Amino acid sequence: MVLLFGIMALTKTWKPKLGLDLRGGTTITLTARNLDGSGQVTAEQISEAKNIISQRVNGAGVAEADIVTSGSHITVAVPGATQDSLVAQVGQTALLYFRIVYDAQPAQPMPTPSTTPTPTGKPTGKPSTTPKPSTSIKPTGTPTAKPNGRAWSSVLGQATPTPTPKPSGTPTAKPSGTPSVPPADTSGDPLKYTPDAATQAAFAAFKCGDKQDENSAKPQFSCDKEKVYKYLLGPAIMKGTDLSDATAGIPQNQFKWQVNLNFTGEGGDKFLKATTAIAARGEGNNLFAIVLDGVAISTPSVAQPIPGGTAEISGSFTEAEARDLANVLKFGALPVAFDTSSVETVSAQLGGNQLSAGIWAGLAGLALVVLFSFLYYRGLGLVVVASLAVASLLTGALVILLGKAIGFTLTLAGIAGLIVAIGITADSFVIYFERLRDEVREGRSLRSSVETGWARAKHTIIAADSISLLAALVLYTLAVGSVRGFAFTLGLTTLIDLVVVFVFTKPLVTLLARTNFFGHGHKLSGLDPEHLGVERLPGHSAGPVAKGPARKPSTRKPIGGEV
Amino acid sequence: MSKLGQLGNKLHKGEVSYNFIGHRKVWFIVSIALVVLSLGGLFARGLELGIEFRGGVEYEAKTQITADTVQKFGDVVKATNIAEIGDPVVTTINNERVRVQTKPLTQEQVPVVRKAIADAAGIPADQVTSQQIGASWGDQIANKAIIALIVFIALVFLVIWGYFREPKASLAAIIALGHDVLITVGLYALIGFDVTPATVIGVLTILGYSLYDTVVVFDKIRENTRGITGSNRLTYSDATNLAVNQTIVRSINTTLIALLPVGSILVVGTWVLGSGPLKDLSLALFVGIAVGAYSSIFIAPALLALFKEREPGMQALNRRVMAKRAQGTATGKSAGVEGDLVPAAAGAARVQDTPRATGSAPAPAARPMAAGGAGRPQPTRKPRSKRGK
Repeated sequence: MVLLFGIMALTKTWKPKLGLDLRGGTTITLTARNLDGSGQVTAEQISEAKNIISQRVNGAGVAEADIVTSGSHITVAVPGATQDSLVAQVGQTALLYFRIVYDAQPAQPMPTPSTTPTPTGKPTGKPSTTPKPSTSIKPTGTPTAKPNGRAWSSVLGQATPTPTPKPSGTPTAKPSGTPSVPPADTSGDPLKYTPDAATQAAFAAFKCGDKQDENSAKPQFSCDKEKVYKYLLGPAIMKGTDLSDATAGIPQNQFKWQVNLNFTGEGGDKFLKATTAIAARGEGNNLFAIVLDGVAISTPSVAQPIPGGTAEISGSFTEAEARDLANVLKFGALPVAFDTSSVETVSAQLGGNQLSAGIWAGLAGLALVVLFSFLYYRGLGLVVVASLAVASLLTGALVILLGKAIGFTLTLAGIAGLIVAIGITADSFVIYFERLRDEVREGRSLRSSVETGWARAKHTIIAADSISLLAALVLYTLAVGSVRGFAFTLGLTTLIDLVVVFVFTKPLVTLLARTNFFGHGHKLSGLDPEHLGVERLPGHSAGPVAKGPARKPSTRKPIGGEV
Repeated sequence: MSKLGQLGNKLHKGEVSYNFIGHRKVWFIVSIALVVLSLGGLFARGLELGIEFRGGVEYEAKTQITADTVQKFGDVVKATNIAEIGDPVVTTINNERVRVQTKPLTQEQVPVVRKAIADAAGIPADQVTSQQIGASWGDQIANKAIIALIVFIALVFLVIWGYFREPKASLAAIIALGHDVLITVGLYALIGFDVTPATVIGVLTILGYSLYDTVVVFDKIRENTRGITGSNRLTYSDATNLAVNQTIVRSINTTLIALLPVGSILVVGTWVLGSGPLKDLSLALFVGIAVGAYSSIFIAPALLALFKEREPGMQALNRRVMAKRAQGTATGKSAGVEGDLVPAAAGAARVQDTPRATGSAPAPAARPMAAGGAGRPQPTRKPRSKRGK
């Protein structure tokens, strides 16, 4: 306990993390479903969807949003004022497109690296000057050890995963540099698109994070995940659904991670056409971008047309990077749509009301329990108060620390769970005290009753508490939304109850039984003979306390028969 | 209080006892009647489902409540001319807030209606609390709750079986549990309280709570019936009945103590907040805990005894006990069997209530005596092995 408060003092966290229903804000619950309407949404898809949504929320400039997944549900909690526009934005379906890269620029003027910028077009193989698109795509089976494409692949071999970008963008894909594409044909075929001057100008002004609508038929500005580069992208040449699968792996006899793509039949044809066109664009301009939800995830280069409906993206992937990319592609292959299941907006004012109501209810409940235990158990009420105090302090500390450590938020339902737990905690004391009194009634001395009563009561307490715990666990794992907050606090306090009863209450009673006040059954101790209804405490002379009724001969007759 | 304490003592010793088990038919009939009534209410009236289960949008705003508030807000909302809005339901809460419920709206329509309500209430739009629920959300919550219920019941069955080494105890506890949940839900249907997700939480929590008392009683039953077949003083029912009487003070106290905080949530939730999850949750809990206490005293032990007495061993025990008792009555040495006093319970007191010969001053009356051959009462002491732990 000292430890807990020590941590609290160290981390300077004295307040629990309050849920939005207590401080105002918007909680959006989304339910994911497959676009084709069949099959379950996989855990991978959900985690990818969570990434996408957190990007959207961050993109909207919302601070400290909480995004939690459970099953096929994603809960987005946004504090502060009502967020009607965010609700619409967050729930959109994220789609994956392949687009040709027409221009790439650093997202913002970067501090010049210590090395002088190398001239464009001919990277000299310094990894530090390589831009992020350090991957290439090629037909499956092509030996990757052999570099394909001179300028690019010379870099590929040595590129580090997070290269320092070069100020002036390596791919110098100027529209004038692609004279082979006839401008007349731009109308229908996205492969024949060339950006016009207006688009170029807009691109120059574009900053990462600027809002823009995603339209597969139009060119798009996009940034990579780290917002280091911005890309001018053409209309979509392919959709995510043209993919059938994507996996990350190390091919046999090799040691580098790569991502393998499988296309659908139609997708394979499209990809062959696309790669033919892109490869024809020539060295340095042969990049296409894989764009998910407006973010350029990867920009591989294409050296030759790729037939056969399979391809692989290789480069200097770490395992995590390769798996990430494969997950993104898989997600794109089977996009997940979100149903807005519930949106709850609580004004800060109502949140405050609910918080104070919860606190008042808790205090009132606590006071009533304390009052009851003093009335019924007299002096033992002190034990109840002390134990409850210890339990509340422990609970408070844990709630606060868990808020810090695992982001546990205290909601109104959670507070209700805490209040209900007061009763459960006090019930353990009742079980023990009643047991203790039973032992005294059976004629044991107080001190030995404390021990024998405990030996029996503890089994009952463990059994009863484990069932409470089981209920909390089942609720927590299977339920959604506010139910989980309730189940969590209920489970937590049941555990604390067990700890307190074992570590605190029992030793305290043992100690108290040694005092004159309790051990000799003072009238106010809650253990006086009259109170228990026995004539006198065993092991003590009757004393003045047990004068009246105690001297009366018992009405109970010895009954025949052996014992 | 001291009277209560003495009552507790007498209950413990079996001097005062109510024949819970003997009157089980009465209580079974009461319970069956309650369950039938609940089921009837459930099927005839159905549950008043909250907006969380129906889907739609609910707004809440603080405003001055006057006689025409409901009319005014209804008109304002209809004046937005949104086709999907249907007939908005306007209610007032606690004379200080107004609640408007509409059909499901699109993302674009939600702010429009919010604005209209805020204007009518004369407060900024961000002080209007709203809740938007998709049509399928309620089904999902309900499905999850049902799955949780089934998993929990299966697990509890196993846990109680493991703890008491007795599948019959599991069965009795689960039947009592189902009884509690059914009556609580039935009450909701009959009175017409709103059922919200918070209510569902409450009902699911009853599961854990109702079992708490049941486990306490069963624990005592197990203690009283340990090695019961080895003697012929008590039938299983008698031992069970004694256990119920011995734990009744405990059950009442734990229930009262559990109800106190829940009651305070209910009071605060109802009178301070007017509505919302606190009220819904505590109401379900309040009803459920009360019903749970009833079932743990009157239903679960009686069921357990009923199941156990079907065992051949227990029936043989019954015959032996009856034979012995008849013999005892014949010789006129038996305890008085009067009124509600259960003879066996009085007998059981001796088993339970064997004090050690401690202390200096003998208090003969408080101790069990064996009527010795000479008719002179002698203090007895159980061998250590027979004493409890």
